[in-house]
Amino acid sequence: MKLHLKIWRQKNRKAQGQLVNYTLENVNPHMSFLEMLDTLNEQLIVNKEEPVEFDHDCREGICGQCGVVINGNAHGPLENTTTCQLHMREFKDGETVLIEPFRAKGFPVKKDLKVDRSAFDRIISAGGYVSVNTGQAPEANTIPVSHETAEAAFDSAACIGCGACVATCKNGSAALFTSAKITQLAILPQSQEERKERALKMIAQMDAEDFGHCSNTEACEVECPQGISVLNIARMNYEYNRASFLKFKK
Amino acid sequence: MNTLSRKIVMAATGLFLCFFLLIHCLGNMQLFMEPEHARLSFNAYSHFLTGNPLVKMVSYVLYASIIGHAIYALIITSKNKASGGTYKKDNRGRASKWYSRNMGVLGTVVLIFIVLHFQNFWYVYKFGQIGLDANGNKDLYAVVVAAFQELWLVVVYVIAMIALCYHLVHGITSGVRTLGLFHPKFVRWVNIVGVAYSVIICAGFAAMPIFIYITNLNN
Ligand code: HEM
Ligand code: SF4
Ligand code: FES
Repeated sequence: MKLHLKIWRQKNRKAQGQLVNYTLENVNPHMSFLEMLDTLNEQLIVNKEEPVEFDHDCREGICGQCGVVINGNAHGPLENTTTCQLHMREFKDGETVLIEPFRAKGFPVKKDLKVDRSAFDRIISAGGYVSVNTGQAPEANTIPVSHETAEAAFDSAACIGCGACVATCKNGSAALFTSAKITQLAILPQSQEERKERALKMIAQMDAEDFGHCSNTEACEVECPQGISVLNIARMNYEYNRASFLKFKK
Repeated sequence: MNTLSRKIVMAATGLFLCFFLLIHCLGNMQLFMEPEHARLSFNAYSHFLTGNPLVKMVSYVLYASIIGHAIYALIITSKNKASGGTYKKDNRGRASKWYSRNMGVLGTVVLIFIVLHFQNFWYVYKFGQIGLDANGNKDLYAVVVAAFQELWLVVVYVIAMIALCYHLVHGITSGVRTLGLFHPKFVRWVNIVGVAYSVIICAGFAAMPIFIYITNLNN
């Protein structure tokens, strides 16, 4: 199939970017979206042009590195799918495909389709961990965790940190990501010790990174490749209120 | 304040307004009675409300809530505008409801309506020229009937109630979760009750000017 591409090209953080037109012949419908971009880059290299930069790693939908906005949707036309798991059979022969980086104040563009998502790392560093001296591996059954609790924690932990929720949110809010990370730990017994402190610190970091307020539009859940539930956000609000009322001490 | 506590102010003031609207709507149901009966009963009710110290206190909370809600709406919406990205081609709307994305616009329509509504009745009752009914109470009923002889005002009121309805359909479910209700079962119930509340209250309010306009067509 043949595709007309309009891709955002931007030299560096400060440069003014623009959409550039490319035409790609012989696209195999079974290619993934990233393989299509690889094909374009091979063509650009042959023509001595600079290849389009984009993020990727596992290419199997688990690492959360890939992610661009395709025809106006984060990760493209399919809901709950990463860019690397999107295939060209979802597009029509001769179609024009517009590709832009994720955009939000908290995600500055580094180059072309690559954005700086280190704000997420800083939110995790602020409290998304459990501080214990590991020592020897303890006997797994000494702390009982019910099946339901374990499953609920896994549902929240399924977030791969791709940032599509932020890119999809009209407010550029990181509420879905942050709330999934807070919830996954808030419900497990091993992480109760730092529960209040963790919630307050991660929320403070989320705000420091200039993400917007959550308006509960629920768009994030629809576009999230992992279908992380918006009820995580309600849970974060609960954890915040609980921690504020019970005032944690340093 | 942070992004969560600002939303708590929004939710607390908004939900208080929802509570007020319920009382306000129930009280105004007297307008649907047979006219001479309605006049005495509605005027007596209005008189009771202005005299009662408890009602006076609640009314101050009401004014503060409207102002606080509007100020925080402005702060929140402008920060959100600055934080969110824009795209050359934007198809993000497929994933959410239009009214959930336009709470500021709907709220502004409601705010304009509130100012008009205060001017129509509240101001006239407190400071305007107003007659007395058979019981010697200020005849607010006559002011209401006179106001809704104007078709344009009836249309404005109905449009405002449609805007309010959409604002509340999203506002109630959003506000309750902002306060931290996360259990799926209760959230589902709140959604159902919230939509039912919004539609019933707004339809009730919209019916008042329409009813008065139609029943007074021959006068
Ligand atoms: C009778 C009048 C009103 C009622 C009952 C009401 C109710 C509510 C409720 C319950 C919320 C949910 C809060 C949350 O999402 O956490 C809300 C949100 C909102 N209201 Fe109102 N409201 C009223 C008037 C207004 C007015 C006059 C404005 C604007 C000037 C306004 C602007 C907003 C905005 C912008 C939001 C959304 C906040 C966000 O998306 O982050 N509302 N309202
Ligand atoms: S919540 Fe979903 S969309 Fe957001 S970062 Fe995690 S996986 Fe990506
Ligand atoms: S490249 Fe790892 S999720 Fe897409």
